[in-house]
Amino acid sequence: MKLKQLESVLGDLEQFSNPKVELEQYPTGPHIASRMLYTAENSFGDVSNKVVADFGCGCGTLGAAAALLGADQVIAIDIDSDSLELASENAVDLELDIDFVQCDIRNLEWRGHVDTVVMNPPFGTRKKGVDMDFLSMALKVASQAVYSLHKTSTREHVKKAALRDFNASSAEVLCELRYDVPQLYKFHKKKEVDIAVDLWRFVPKRNQGRGI
Amino acid sequence: MRLLTHNMLSSNIKGVANGFPLLIEVEKVIEKQVDFNPDFLKNIFPKIEWQALVQASRSMGYSELPEESPESSMLDSDDFLMKFHHVLLELHLEEGALVCPETGRKFPVNKGIPNMLLHEDEV
Repeated sequence: MKLKQLESVLGDLEQFSNPKVELEQYPTGPHIASRMLYTAENSFGDVSNKVVADFGCGCGTLGAAAALLGADQVIAIDIDSDSLELASENAVDLELDIDFVQCDIRNLEWRGHVDTVVMNPPFGTRKKGVDMDFLSMALKVASQAVYSLHKTSTREHVKKAALRDFNASSAEVLCELRYDVPQLYKFHKKKEVDIAVDLWRFVPKRNQGRGI
Repeated sequence: MRLLTHNMLSSNIKGVANGFPLLIEVEKVIEKQVDFNPDFLKNIFPKIEWQALVQASRSMGYSELPEESPESSMLDSDDFLMKFHHVLLELHLEEGALVCPETGRKFPVNKGIPNMLLHEDEV
């Protein structure tokens, strides 16, 4: 599937109708989502024929993109029932096979590993540190790679935490993107705001033995 | 929820030492056909907890999966691979519950989605 086609298909997904501010629910737009997964697949081979998990899936955009690019199995996790219902409907609309799990990422217990984790985690503006909690868990669960979005302003902090505390063998900013945050919430004063975000690729340190 | 996902989920209640595998209570199972991909199956096989998969498949009403963990030579048998494929990817727990093996706490499964949200005293 070509990038433009992927972006177009993702653009048809249903988004949040009543986003919850305390969960920092912002849709990952088709522009960012398509580029993120396209890079993961074309530059690194981390998607097709792999088991991919989407952490904090929201409407399911990233998981759907992974499935469209040939992931063999996609597992999408979110804390919110409304999001999961929406993501389920989106998956059905696109005829994609995605397993959904309702769970708080911070207390996920996972046996074994998936190949790749993709995520657009909450930035931590409501629950401080939640972005790092997501990253920490992602690096425990992924055996090959983690793709994640974090505010550019947190770049040094993210790199340090990943390498020093979360067992990453490498932490690379693949590119800087502009995240269009539409005026979703009442406290948003501007009609639209651009936030500079980094698309990261982290590689977990190889596990010994069977990786359980 | 497929059994591939079940094979990776563990009870997340605080203090539980043996939370895997979750037991399965079935109310509704549905079967959805998925394209057969032998390469994927051969790659995923070493990562699967075999006993947990067999146990789970029996709970879902399927009894053709061999109980002993197969030799790698079995992976050359299409007959075996098709059974493995069917159990891992085509059986869905649509309604029921996953049960913590240590505490007996039930995690409900509705419309194929298990709810692993914990109560305050379980965190």
